[in-house]
Amino acid sequence: MWIWLLLFPTVLLYGVYTIYPIIASYWYSLVEWNGFAAEKRFVGISNYRSVFADPLFWSSFKITIIFMLLVAPARVFLSFLLAIVLNSPKLPFSKLFRTVFFLPVVTTTAIVGVVMQFILDPASGPINAMLLFLGFEGGVNFLGDSRLALITVSVVYIWKFFGITLVYWLAALQTIPQEIYEAARIDGAGFVKMFRHITLPLLKPFVIIISLLTIEDTFRAFDLMQTMTAGGPFFSTEIIEIYIYRWAFAAAIPQLGHASAAAVLFGAFVFVIGLIQLWGIFAARRLRKDYSE
Amino acid sequence: MSGSQTTVRTLPTTSKSMKALRRLPWWIAFLLLVGVAVMWVYPFVWMVSASLKDNMEVFAAGLKLIPNELVFENYARAWKDANFGRYLINTVIVTLWTVFIVTVRCACAGYVLGRYRFRGSRVFMGVLIATLFVPTGYTIIPIVQVSLQLGVIDSLTGMILALSGAANVSAILIYAGYFRQMPKELEEAAVVDGAGFLRVFFSIMLPLAMPVTATVALLTFLATWNAFFLPLVFSFSRPELRTLSVGMQAFVGENAVDWTGMAAAGVISIIPVVALFFFLQRYFVEGIAGAVKS
Repeated sequence: MWIWLLLFPTVLLYGVYTIYPIIASYWYSLVEWNGFAAEKRFVGISNYRSVFADPLFWSSFKITIIFMLLVAPARVFLSFLLAIVLNSPKLPFSKLFRTVFFLPVVTTTAIVGVVMQFILDPASGPINAMLLFLGFEGGVNFLGDSRLALITVSVVYIWKFFGITLVYWLAALQTIPQEIYEAARIDGAGFVKMFRHITLPLLKPFVIIISLLTIEDTFRAFDLMQTMTAGGPFFSTEIIEIYIYRWAFAAAIPQLGHASAAAVLFGAFVFVIGLIQLWGIFAARRLRKDYSE
Repeated sequence: MSGSQTTVRTLPTTSKSMKALRRLPWWIAFLLLVGVAVMWVYPFVWMVSASLKDNMEVFAAGLKLIPNELVFENYARAWKDANFGRYLINTVIVTLWTVFIVTVRCACAGYVLGRYRFRGSRVFMGVLIATLFVPTGYTIIPIVQVSLQLGVIDSLTGMILALSGAANVSAILIYAGYFRQMPKELEEAAVVDGAGFLRVFFSIMLPLAMPVTATVALLTFLATWNAFFLPLVFSFSRPELRTLSVGMQAFVGENAVDWTGMAAAGVISIIPVVALFFFLQRYFVEGIAGAVKS
């Protein structure tokens, strides 16, 4: 009985605000409804049909994936290189660097997004001023040019969340005992040799976990996208979450059925990635066990 | 792990200058990193600098970061006219309540799930893990509808409930893992002394889990202070309920030309989390690193 008493707050809150919404989305996706009228009209799968027929949905799906492919490898790979350097006791002030590179992570994404709009401003922003100063042509419209906007947001996103992946790698590197390096050093191994034969193999199980955690993270880009570009210009940065938001909240007449159908498809997509992730973590655990045996 | 480890074998014969030479690659790396680090914090430095300039100076787009004249009036404008004083209070209220609710409920759930096997415990765990990565974009529409029916939409209460109810599965998992590895004798000794279930939990187990509580509270603080999506939809029709993150966007939407006011508002919004980070950096980092270790 006590057990259920302690579980009660979680059952209630998590039930109402996470489990119920997951299930309700399916029902919502089958009705036509603008959110104001009490009447929901059952329309079967016609919302799905209209979502599938909407080129902008496919475009947002594509942009979500392109965005993931742009930012996830950069975060995983570049932060790995930095972690290797920062992990060395020989680097002066390495603690201070860790603080600096982690700093953007703790700041409010939505605030940073707005500030970045100004920093990247084509007329008065400091980045363009810097370009002019260095002798390049200024006036680059980083966020207003539909060919540049997605890349620009990606770079800002990588900068903003780089520290998380960096901390993952540093934690992984710390699992390798220094004695192994000492022993290898006595045997005459150099930096490159130790890196190839000790560091890399021992980090292998972490590669999977860190990549997947980072990938999962890229599905939470709403704050930055919404505040930097709101999906524009011309939908060129409209990821699925912004597509859903636009149909459900930003339209004059909300189409909750249509938005829910898109949300259900998005949820299914993230769930599949999550399954791959769990599978990957189990595979990684097995790898780790193999090494420790 | 230095760049030229092969010299180690001949260490006895190396002179001082050789030693310095071996350090050289690290000093080069250091200098490179200083450059990158300056770029890294530049946006924040620019924001602080712009918040102290006057608008004309910012529009001139000079690269100089030190203002000609310190203009503190920007802060007064952001605080009063742009309502950031109000937004700050809202954010503090929402964040503190959410941190409290999330920490308590996750500690309770984690304790039970970590230490007891009961009918349905595996299913419970399974459901939690299956929903570990549910994105807000997926659940947002029903959350708004539920809040509408409960009559808590357009209120801070509704915002707090929604923020405390969404996600946070990882916090439960951390607690469960921590409580699981506590020795059984602890509990048994207390029971022999006549302590009941709740006494054991509140006066023995929970205090012992202090490090976990610190981590969970801190990460929840960070997530809530920085939350944007939920506060945005909960304050659509009542601007006075905006949190800092929502207020910033609204402010820029209304005053696109007031750059310095915007920068001042940004500084006001970000300083509390950054200050907290500097004081409790170790816990932040450990909390995030925990995802990899477990």
